[in-house]
Amino acid sequence: MHDDGYEYFAPPEPTTDEAGQRDEPPGPTPIGPTRRAFLAQTVAGGLSLAALEALAPEAALAHLGLPPEAAPGGGEAMAAAEHTARVTLSVNGSAHTLDLDTRVTLLDALRERLQLTGTKKGCDHGQCGACTVLVNGTRINSCLTLAVMHDGDTITTIEGLATGDELHPMQAAFIKHDGYQCGYCTPGQICSAVAVLDEIKAGIPSHVTDDLTARPQPTNMELRERMSGNICRCGAYANIAEAMAEVAGRRA
Amino acid sequence: MKPFSYERAKTPREAAGAVARTPGAKFIAGGTNLLDLMKLQIETPTHLVDVQDLKLDQIESTAGGGLRIGALVTNTALAADERVRRDYGVLSRAIVAGASGQLRNKATTAGNLLQRTRCPYFYDTAMPCNKRVPGSGCSAIGGYTRQHAVIGSSDACIATNPSDMAVAMRVLDAKVETVRPNGSTRALPIADFHRLPGRTPHIETVLERGELITAVTLPRPLGGTHVYHKVRDRASYAFALVSVAAVIQRDGSGRVAVGGIAHKPWRVEAAEAHMRSGAKAVAQQLLAGARPTRDNAFKLPLVERTLAAVMAEARA
Repeated sequence: MHDDGYEYFAPPEPTTDEAGQRDEPPGPTPIGPTRRAFLAQTVAGGLSLAALEALAPEAALAHLGLPPEAAPGGGEAMAAAEHTARVTLSVNGSAHTLDLDTRVTLLDALRERLQLTGTKKGCDHGQCGACTVLVNGTRINSCLTLAVMHDGDTITTIEGLATGDELHPMQAAFIKHDGYQCGYCTPGQICSAVAVLDEIKAGIPSHVTDDLTARPQPTNMELRERMSGNICRCGAYANIAEAMAEVAGRRA
Repeated sequence: MKPFSYERAKTPREAAGAVARTPGAKFIAGGTNLLDLMKLQIETPTHLVDVQDLKLDQIESTAGGGLRIGALVTNTALAADERVRRDYGVLSRAIVAGASGQLRNKATTAGNLLQRTRCPYFYDTAMPCNKRVPGSGCSAIGGYTRQHAVIGSSDACIATNPSDMAVAMRVLDAKVETVRPNGSTRALPIADFHRLPGRTPHIETVLERGELITAVTLPRPLGGTHVYHKVRDRASYAFALVSVAAVIQRDGSGRVAVGGIAHKPWRVEAAEAHMRSGAKAVAQQLLAGARPTRDNAFKLPLVERTLAAVMAEARA
């Protein structure tokens, strides 16, 4: 209970995965005190007993089902050798080489290691679309793929869509048409929307395409169906479809 | 997720061998189902063999006038292939009726065939499930079963196969080509690929340990009108309560397979002799021996009505 009489939500405790990542070398440091750094310190200050245990080599071995003596070089060294990988990702035009636990998803690599926190973690199970990024030009859920599976791939996140200070046309259209309210799903919505128009241009059919042999058109029905993997709890769908229609060059 | 080691295989045989000799190893391709299950510790592989470099991502014409679809062809690429859209429309339709655009861009042909059930009790690790923990019991029986199987189920498991794509492949009589760790290959009719639950619901296909799907082949085109009709709780991005894949000829004869009602795509060839007599006659034979629960008995009339809608669409 705080002075003002409210019970506050505690900062989320790190998951086992995230606690494991603390052993790794730090990623590039952003300049100045960022919100991320502040949050990280707050979380570290309140590190739970379970997370501390997860950092101990003995506990890590127990986690693997192995006795401590199973690792001559020490638990951490063994776990590090078998369960880490060096991954090079080209993200928004810059190459990054990271040593990652094999369990790190592409989403967590972007957010936790490269500090590209525009891409959001929503459900973390591929159901909400908040984590949508473009990999080699194709939209995917970055939460349902491992960073190690993308060695050598080219990734575009919401941070990479604008050209300098000039917004991507889809970003500008979302602002113009009020295609968001709280904004949490917006980076995923915009990345998905950009890819949807490319998919229509490439002739990829959807569930609402009448004639499979004709070229699909960016109609309102097509846009809505193709965006069904991006959930917006604020319900900005109608405005998102209008923004997309404008960029596609037709009225929603 | 539990820790795991990771490797990328260079050839199909190498991949098969790696999984066969490494206890706890699994293949990973798109990963859209496996990683979901790993995060929930329903799947806990200790080693992953990534098959993305196996060059199995092409769709080729076969000498028999059909298509050979590489195991790693994405769901999007398969649905969008010009030959598939033109000659195997039911397959394109089934694929785009499933999942979301993002998932279809990553999910593969072989992975789609191997995806696990979405039974909520399979997903809830606090509950017994014979599929997840053999011998622990089935929580769905006597539980909430609106989505579950109405036919072909057993006292050990009433889960359904969630795939849309597989229902279309069943109606097209596809074959699943595989390579085994010793290098031998075989082609399994899709009808025999998925198993009914019986007393071993955790064994879902006839694949052997380490056996890797390399391709799915389609026989020469059937002509006719291709329809995939999916009935679900939302208009998009939801699993089927009932789905019907059909290829119907001008004279009203044809083939039909049903999804959402069994542990595998459900097709009864003998029922197709009644195609010209209407949906009721076909459904009666298709669903002979059905054993629904109180929650999902609605699926039986729903199959007949969906079939009637499909037949009407084909006539139109």
